[in-house]
Amino acid sequence: MTAAVIVFPGSNCDRDVAVSLAAAMGHAPIMAWHGDSSLPDVDLIVVPGGFSYGDYLRSGAMAANSPIMREVIARANRGTPVLGICNGFQVLTECGLLPGVLMRNASLKFVCRDVHLRVERADTIFTSQYTQGQVIRIPVAHHDGNYFTDPATHQALEDNGQVAFRYCAVDGAITEDSNPNGSLANIAGILNTAGNVLGMMPHPERLADPLLGGLDGAPMFSALAEALAA
Amino acid sequence: MKARIHITLKAGVLDPQGKAIHHALEGLGFGGVQDVRQGKFIEIELPDGDAAAAKAKVAEMCEQLLANTVIEDYAVEIDG
Repeated sequence: MTAAVIVFPGSNCDRDVAVSLAAAMGHAPIMAWHGDSSLPDVDLIVVPGGFSYGDYLRSGAMAANSPIMREVIARANRGTPVLGICNGFQVLTECGLLPGVLMRNASLKFVCRDVHLRVERADTIFTSQYTQGQVIRIPVAHHDGNYFTDPATHQALEDNGQVAFRYCAVDGAITEDSNPNGSLANIAGILNTAGNVLGMMPHPERLADPLLGGLDGAPMFSALAEALAA
Repeated sequence: MKARIHITLKAGVLDPQGKAIHHALEGLGFGGVQDVRQGKFIEIELPDGDAAAAKAKVAEMCEQLLANTVIEDYAVEIDG
């Protein structure tokens, strides 16, 4: 399996996700610079977290218009799996690979803590090593994670099963208290209709090693390694 | 020639920053403030030319980058 991690000026979770990918794949992913207009043939593209372009104008807005993103969009449309984490999720909504938008957290605070997520879809290449309804603990660290879309698009997301993760209480209940940022319907991560593009605000790569204090994020990377093994 | 662009949140979109400003104004003793919504102002310098063409070009900039039309509206004025 091969993977590329896109690096924008201001990305800062690119190396963390490369560590998680290397642990799952057995070798390092390619680090792909945003200014390149070509991208090698890879089985997985990851758009990492951070503060690309300083979050200037809007988080992910300028990164979404980078030369390399034209190629990422083309690959996604041909079925290549794409995983966007945090700023990466923002980039994927800004470039139109995923619907909706991530707005300023409703509390106005930068939220940096572990949250619980309920796995809403365990039948995707990203989530196949979780079980349906499983509750996992994953850190979030963001100022603009409030997922929003119009009612018609929201209905379509729910009807099509495009919600991959929801913020929940430790027992799996979907509650207002468990929602760190005001996201519509506690949505923490969504898929495109084809199921090959996933965007999520929490950081699975930050709880994927015993040294980090937990392993709940590791199954995402091993699921991808298993699904995409040559 | 100068393009002045106002980018504002669509009606009904949550604006917690506007609310924070509202509370701060009340805290300063400014009564009678009914609502506050915060937006962005962008100025773009363009070479002199046809104003209508410039307006269309700037609108295209708004559609592609300057505004997120899921939650934002934009208004373009051309000066000079």
